[in-house]
Amino acid sequence: MADQLYFDDVEEGAEVATLRKDPTTQQLVMYAGASGDYYQIHYDLEYARNNGLPDVILHGALKNAFLGQVMTDWIGEYGALKKLSVQYRGMDVPGTPIYGKGVVKKKYRTDGENIVECEIWLEDHKGNRTTPGYAVAALPERPE
Amino acid sequence: MTQESVITPEMRAAVGVESEPYTNDVEKGAIIKFARAIGDTNPIYNDEEAARKSRYGGMVAPPTFFRSLRSGRSKVDVQSPYSANLDGGSEWEYYEPVRPGDRITVTTKISNMFERPGRLGNMLFIQRETKYVNQFGTTVAIQRTTGISYQPPEEDGD
Repeated sequence: MADQLYFDDVEEGAEVATLRKDPTTQQLVMYAGASGDYYQIHYDLEYARNNGLPDVILHGALKNAFLGQVMTDWIGEYGALKKLSVQYRGMDVPGTPIYGKGVVKKKYRTDGENIVECEIWLEDHKGNRTTPGYAVAALPERPE
Repeated sequence: MTQESVITPEMRAAVGVESEPYTNDVEKGAIIKFARAIGDTNPIYNDEEAARKSRYGGMVAPPTFFRSLRSGRSKVDVQSPYSANLDGGSEWEYYEPVRPGDRITVTTKISNMFERPGRLGNMLFIQRETKYVNQFGTTVAIQRTTGISYQPPEEDGD
């Protein structure tokens, strides 16, 4: 597992570690099976086109999972994800890389917890932010 | 161009009505399958032995694993008049980890309904709140989603 991130080491404005994902049509089929979301716009090209879409598109929920992983990878084993929100502004298609990124917006202590709030987003390979989100997590303090 | 509301009084009356509960058994294999599908190789979702050495003392589910759980049947049926559906977004609150062997009871309700003109014509927004409670009666997560539906454009366009 990666090195633990500590509250003491995080500053407002700091970047959340970037996560690269390379979604494929196969992954969309795997996600359909694992999640039970069998809506055809995610794997049936003709169906997607008949719905006015340019291609099969990523499940919003899969992109939600990518943003979840952006946070859980970054906060590490001793971090706790408390809130995660995501908005699907743009569509993403399989076959090109997607980058999960973020920046620390707030850092504070409340109710005995060390909280960081982060603006997070997914960016397509052209740099468009298709999927903005926000996350709140608790981090451990660096041991003495 | 005035768009008549597609929200009927029956649809409006469905707001706030909680579904039947449905209890899901969380299986280890389902967690592993989900983690593979989202491409997350974190051992706490994939490897029981490695996860035992973690602070969780065993495997847990990834944050959006709840997506694979079913909720109970709605007591009131709400059908959008539009055939195309999009997922507008989600908000999650997490309280406790979910582990293999947990029994998670899911209830859902429509919390809000409204219309807005969009790129693809009139769009119907339905917001839902879903609650996940474990076998100890603890709320482990709450999810708020926004579903968007619209009429797909005709083949020959406008």
